[in-house]
Amino acid sequence: MKIAVCLKRVPDTEMRFAVAPDGKSLDASGLKFDISDFDGYAVEVALRLNEQHGPGEVVAVALGPDALQETLRKALSMGVDRGVHLKADPVPFDGLSIAHALAAELKDQGFDLILFGRVATDTGNGTVGPMTAALLGLPCVTAISKLDLSGGQGTAQRELEGATETVTFPLPAVLTIDEGIARPRLPSLKGIMAAKKKPVESKSAALGTVQLTVDKLELPPERTGGRIVGEGPDAVPELVRLLHDEAKVL
Amino acid sequence: MAYTGVDFYHMDGLLSEEERAVRDTVRAWVDEHLMPIIGECYIEGRFPKQIIPGLAELGVLGANLPEEYGCAGLNNVAYGLIMQELERGDSGIRSFASVQGALVMYPIYSMGSDEQKQHWLPRLAQGKEIGCFGLTEPDFGSNPSGMITTAKETKDGWVLNGVKMWITNGSQATVAIIWAKTGAVDDPKSIRGFIVPTATKGYTAKDQKGKLSLRASDTSEIHLEDVRLPKDAILPKSGGIKSPLSCLTQARYGISWGAIGAAMACYDEALQYARQRIMFGKPIGATQIQQVRLADMLAEITKAQLLCHQLGRLKDAGTMTPQQVSLAKRNNVSMACDIAREARRLLGANGILAEYHSMRHMANLESVYTYEGTHDMHSLILGQEVTGHAAF
Repeated sequence: MKIAVCLKRVPDTEMRFAVAPDGKSLDASGLKFDISDFDGYAVEVALRLNEQHGPGEVVAVALGPDALQETLRKALSMGVDRGVHLKADPVPFDGLSIAHALAAELKDQGFDLILFGRVATDTGNGTVGPMTAALLGLPCVTAISKLDLSGGQGTAQRELEGATETVTFPLPAVLTIDEGIARPRLPSLKGIMAAKKKPVESKSAALGTVQLTVDKLELPPERTGGRIVGEGPDAVPELVRLLHDEAKVL
Repeated sequence: MAYTGVDFYHMDGLLSEEERAVRDTVRAWVDEHLMPIIGECYIEGRFPKQIIPGLAELGVLGANLPEEYGCAGLNNVAYGLIMQELERGDSGIRSFASVQGALVMYPIYSMGSDEQKQHWLPRLAQGKEIGCFGLTEPDFGSNPSGMITTAKETKDGWVLNGVKMWITNGSQATVAIIWAKTGAVDDPKSIRGFIVPTATKGYTAKDQKGKLSLRASDTSEIHLEDVRLPKDAILPKSGGIKSPLSCLTQARYGISWGAIGAAMACYDEALQYARQRIMFGKPIGATQIQQVRLADMLAEITKAQLLCHQLGRLKDAGTMTPQQVSLAKRNNVSMACDIAREARRLLGANGILAEYHSMRHMANLESVYTYEGTHDMHSLILGQEVTGHAAF
């Protein structure tokens, strides 16, 4: 099997964030970057499929600045065979523009599966996977939590609110991966050393027209402290009044 | 908040991509596999054996030895970072890895025959064999040349007799590197190393009970009573006290890094607590006394990081001296002891609970202060280096 995994380099969500002076982007100084969480699950799915279905190839494809090479290298250290770096700095916010670049890279390469994370942990749009599928004219199943392949056919499960949906699809296909399907492995130390010798091809990203731009980025307002309105049953009428008139939640 | 280490001087910029990746992968492994269980293991006084296959799979055991023996072939800075991350979890777990890599695999690698290397190193790297290092004796700690364990040559091999003490991994080891005199007891030149499978008749190990430190580590006393070994059990390139001391230089190098890990764990815990704990209507971190504590910790950790970084680069260049290692071990373990104690105090009453980590580190580091060359012995090694006079 030949599988492509599309990765995004995102800031580590455990860090403290600040808005850059332009008021539209994150201040990157002091931030650590890593593979987006759901994309990590996609890498794990690709590696397991490759292990189960005999020798094949897993290719990681990512779009972004030169620093992205470290992110690709992490995927290689987990066991991905080679990387493709589509150069773009800055990365546009417009998912369709990115999807054009990915589709141009992925078309006619004979991939049986093209995997994405369900959603990127920074922008949270979840659009690039389905848009790439549309541009390639391939079926797309989103947010899958279980996957089986046999006889050129795939079966995927999607967790819905209070229900599970089972979907069948032909190969090749585009899938976006939800958490819970397979916990991403840690790269082994030997894997990290081996990754140094694996190929990463770097080329310009053929981005589509950028139609969406970010106007403003704001952090949520600081939370203010609570207020004690009284104690015991006597305080209940005042509490109800405040919840009704001030907080407007009743 | 997840643990992110301490990097006040942007030391990450001095590390290569691989070195950072190695550090991050071991840090994630410690978060996932060690942190949830270490408190309980410590209280119960038990080494968590279940982590050995995971450590081996990760490639931690003998990580700076060559790939041809199934090791990861990392440089010494990456190796140091592994020790740092393991000791962020617990000194006992770092001790396990130090002994396996620096005190068992290293002497086989540097003093063993090709057959010994081919046979033992891959098994030790995979964690299929667990090793221990028998040098210290009940009456010979800082003065290992005085050892009284003997190896008498017979027509078909060797017979070992003696007692070794304070042996990390001693009870769970399947193989021991035992140092013994092949000549007279007053002849330190006759010290040689032996590879001793612990199932050999006459070899017994018993746990040392009552430890108030390194409780999640296996520490044992080893008795050797007419232990008969074949001729090829000897490490052919070993000879004299410098042989075991060369192993200790490797282990002390790792300890210098490990102590930074323990110190960073305590600083991180103290800083988070200082931000959250409200007393007199404000976080204790807003008081001058705790800020001084935290500033002292940050300064010492940053200095120790710079020390180890350069030491690692010297080791990779092949120019590191044992005295330089003494300086780093002495400085870093001492500063880690101080930081652990100050962190414990900053945590107030909570600081005595196993739920927090600082007191466990504080107690562990007292052993680290004393083992692998006591703090005082390293002072004397440095004193001898600069004055030319041995005071021991």
